[in-house]
Order: sequence, then C-alpha cells, then structure tokens
Amino acid sequence: MNMELKLPIYLDNNATTPMDPRVLEAMFPYFVEKFGNAASRNHSFGWVAEEAVDYAREQVAKLINADPKEIIFTSGATEGDNLAIKGVYEMYASKGNHIITCTTEHKAVLDTCKHIEKTGGQVTYLEVQPDGLIDLAQLEAAITDQTILISIMYGNNETGVIQDVKAISKIARKHGVLFFTDATQAVGKIPVDVQADGIDLMTFSGHKMYGPKGVGALYVRRKNPRVKVTAQMDGGGHERGMRSGTLNVPGIVGLGKACELCMNEMESEAKRLSAMRDRLQEGLMVLEETYVNGNTEHRLPHTANISFKYVEGEGLMMGFNKDIALSSGSACTSASLEPSYVLKALGLGDDLAHSSLRFGLGRFTTDEQIDYTIDAVKNTVTKLREMSPLWEMFKEGVDINAIEWAHH
Amino acid sequence: MAYSDKVIDHYTNPKNVGTLDKAKTNVGTGLVGAPECGDVMRLQIEVDEESGLISDAKFKTFGCGSAIASSSLATEWLKGKTVDQALAIDNMDIVEELNLPPVKIHCSVLAEDAIKAAINDYRVKNGLPELVAEKSVH
Repeated sequence: MNMELKLPIYLDNNATTPMDPRVLEAMFPYFVEKFGNAASRNHSFGWVAEEAVDYAREQVAKLINADPKEIIFTSGATEGDNLAIKGVYEMYASKGNHIITCTTEHKAVLDTCKHIEKTGGQVTYLEVQPDGLIDLAQLEAAITDQTILISIMYGNNETGVIQDVKAISKIARKHGVLFFTDATQAVGKIPVDVQADGIDLMTFSGHKMYGPKGVGALYVRRKNPRVKVTAQMDGGGHERGMRSGTLNVPGIVGLGKACELCMNEMESEAKRLSAMRDRLQEGLMVLEETYVNGNTEHRLPHTANISFKYVEGEGLMMGFNKDIALSSGSACTSASLEPSYVLKALGLGDDLAHSSLRFGLGRFTTDEQIDYTIDAVKNTVTKLREMSPLWEMFKEGVDINAIEWAHH
Repeated sequence: MAYSDKVIDHYTNPKNVGTLDKAKTNVGTGLVGAPECGDVMRLQIEVDEESGLISDAKFKTFGCGSAIASSSLATEWLKGKTVDQALAIDNMDIVEELNLPPVKIHCSVLAEDAIKAAINDYRVKNGLPELVAEKSVH
C-alpha cells in the first residue's frame, strides 16, 4: 500500500479513538429525524427509539458473548466503574465489606475504592510484579470471609499489559467472590468473552473503540450467579432499575455499531496493529538504553510503552508534537511533578518513568506514519541525549545513582 | 499546553550546549535538580581572569522544553557579564522573557539555582567564601 503520509499522526488511541465514519452514519438519523425517547411506550417515536436501543444492545452483547438483558448502558467507563464497585458494595453489604483491587488500575477504580474506604469499607491494593501482572497467589491470599468483590482491569491503559482474567475469575469463583473487570482498553481490541472468562461485571466505553464519547456499557451477569448492583443514579428506573436517566439513543446506536465493526474486524485489525506496533518497537529499540515497560507477551496489540533513559518524556515529545500526538509517563506539567503511578508500580525508578512514551496505535494508523514516527523519535532522542548531562555522565561511566541529588 | 515561540526557538536551536573543562580554576560548574524530579541542569561558566567577565557559558539539561529553554537563555545572558552581575539574574526575568506558564516556573528557579551553583563553585575554587543563597522553595 503506497499511501501518502498524513500529518499530524495520532498515536494516542488509548486516550481516545477517532470515530469510525460508519458509526457516525449509523447515529445520524437518531438526532433529528428519529429523536424519540426510548421510554415513550405509547407512540411510534418512542417505539423507533426503543427498537434502535434494543438492536444496539444485541450488537454490544454479541461482541462480549453476553445476553442483551445483561447490558446496562452508561455514560462511559468511569460511570461503569463507579456503578459496579459502589453498587456491589452497597448491594452486598450484608455479606462483607472487603474489596480487592490492584495499584495499576485506572483512577476511576482507585478513587472509587478510596471513597469506599472513607465510608468504612476495606480495600486491599495488590502490588503488581515488574512485568505488570498481579501475583495470583497473592490475590488468593488476600481474600477474607469479608471479601465481596475483586476488581482487576483487563488490559492496562498505559502499558497494555493483559491480566490473566480467566485465572482471576477462577479464584473469585472458588471463594464465592464477585469479579469485576474494567475492560475499557480490551473490548473491541482482543476477544473478550464474559462466559469463557468468567466475568461477573465488566465496564467499557464507546470512545475507545471508534464509537462516540459519552456512552458506555456495564455488563452485569444475570445467571450463575445473578448479580445485582444498587443504583447510583435515582430516577425513572431505566436499565432494569440499575441506571436511571433518559437513554442516549444516538450514542447507544453508535456504541452498538462500533461493537459490530469490532466484532467483524477485530481479528485482522489486531494482526495488522500488532505487526505495526512490533515494527515501531524494534525500530526504536536500536537506540541504546531503551526499555519496553510491561509484559510484552500478554499485551494489547496496539500498545507499546517505551522508556528512553536519560531523556525526559515531555522534552522528548516537544521534538515532534507538531506532527505526532502521543502521551508520556512524565508529568512535568502536573502540580505534583509525579511521574506515572502505573510505571512506578512496575518498579520503574522515577527517572525511567519520566523518560517514557506511550504509543497507542489504532484503526487508522498507517505504515507510513509508523516509519515517520520511528525516524522522528530516534532523531529527537539522539539530539536530546547530546544535550543531557545524565547521558554524558553515563557515557563517562559516572554512577548517577551515587550522586547526591538535591531533591526539590 | 502551548509553548511560547521563544521556548520553541531555544528548544529547537539551543544556544551554548556543551561542556567546559571543569578542572580549570577559572571554570565554575553548577549541577542542580534530580533525575527523579524529571529535570537536571548543568551550567558552566568560564571567567576571564584579566577582565573578570564571563567569557563563556555552556549547559546541558535533562528536562522538558521549558527547562532546556531556561538554561539556554541563562547561558546567553551570562556571557559578557561580571560574576556579580550574573548573581543578579532573577528567575522571574527568565519567566518573563520566555513567557513561562505558572506550572513551568520551577524550570526558571532551577536555572537561577544553576547560575548560583556555578558561581559558588568558581568562588570556592578561587579561595572566596561560598555565598549562602536564600533557600528557594519549589
């Protein structure tokens, strides 16, 4: 394929994906022409909307091998995280008050767990191993007679590391504990099957899979076991009483279409993206002192997180951010100046965490863009190392860790 | 966050990147910051002993674009100044010149610290007492 290089290049697909034009096309009629409220039972406007929602529910359910009745539409993954964790915590209060999660979860999970601690709940935050995977023996050992929920994400947003979801759900089952997974980065990218994976609750969102922003879904198992969550939004009793609020019909139609496209194209897309990702990674690993963060065997096909030692991530991005959009684990702009907590949880020193870039490829990434990115990143790293006092010290054999740095 | 044109210019064409011979008595070296914090600056001055003027200044910086620009600008300003004049360079002058946003003020503070550290190194090497800088908070 000889396509013209399109700039700027978007390699931040873990933050959000562009919408697939086919999704927009499916949504279009539901703004002006078919604007009905899906809860209007007494006229055709409502029926048309309800029919569209029902169809989308089937499309979503099919992608994850669920029953359509098990799909609760939400505003996105964050709401799903809140609803699942707080909802289970409240619904199963008589059974216990202990939740197990891990330190590399998304803030929507971690902060929800912190909220629960404030209200008197107990939360165990499992550390991860240097490759980003949790230790299953540690997980099992953390379960007490008070444990009601295990919340472990499917694929990590920063490193792409995929947890052993099947093994986690087995442990949860064995102890009669519910298993919730934030699968925002995984659904639509790799096969996710709530039956085969033994998942009880699962959240994901439209805008990470070429669908619209502001819409997502929470899967809530209805059989073996029948799971219930306490509603966090009170009102008209929509979505089987678990999530009130007028349904976002165009958004839901878009989510459904996005799921259908992923269902049909995931296999070839994953192959194409992992080949491009691997090529990008190999192209950059020719640089000295360059490290891939996280497990590379159990990893989302479109993600690579790489540290370029002795170069600071934000300074690095500045070398090409006119043309290439991506993320860094460095946080020079944040008030705290703390680098990525996910990378630190993997045991990376702050220096390596500050030196990291996250590459998130997507459906519309081209080979030409990858070639351009390899060159741009390599050139900038080389240029900045020439400018880096740490690189000079490294080259002269000075032990940087032995220097007493004035921390500020 | 958008960078100012001046930051971009210093980042793209940094002035005075390099290394002076730190063994020379008329060279002062300041190394400030920490890798853990995401920025390290090394700033060096060479003082012409006859005129007392800073004849050369070099830097190397590990950090964001604003840190690189702050140190690049500092080396430009140092050249041709006396050591005493150099001591008067204030971080807010750098903030103003580069249009640094509030979250990047620490980069300018680091550059000021680097200037002071280089001067102190020069002073100690030449038998002068170390200047006690007011403790900057950042």
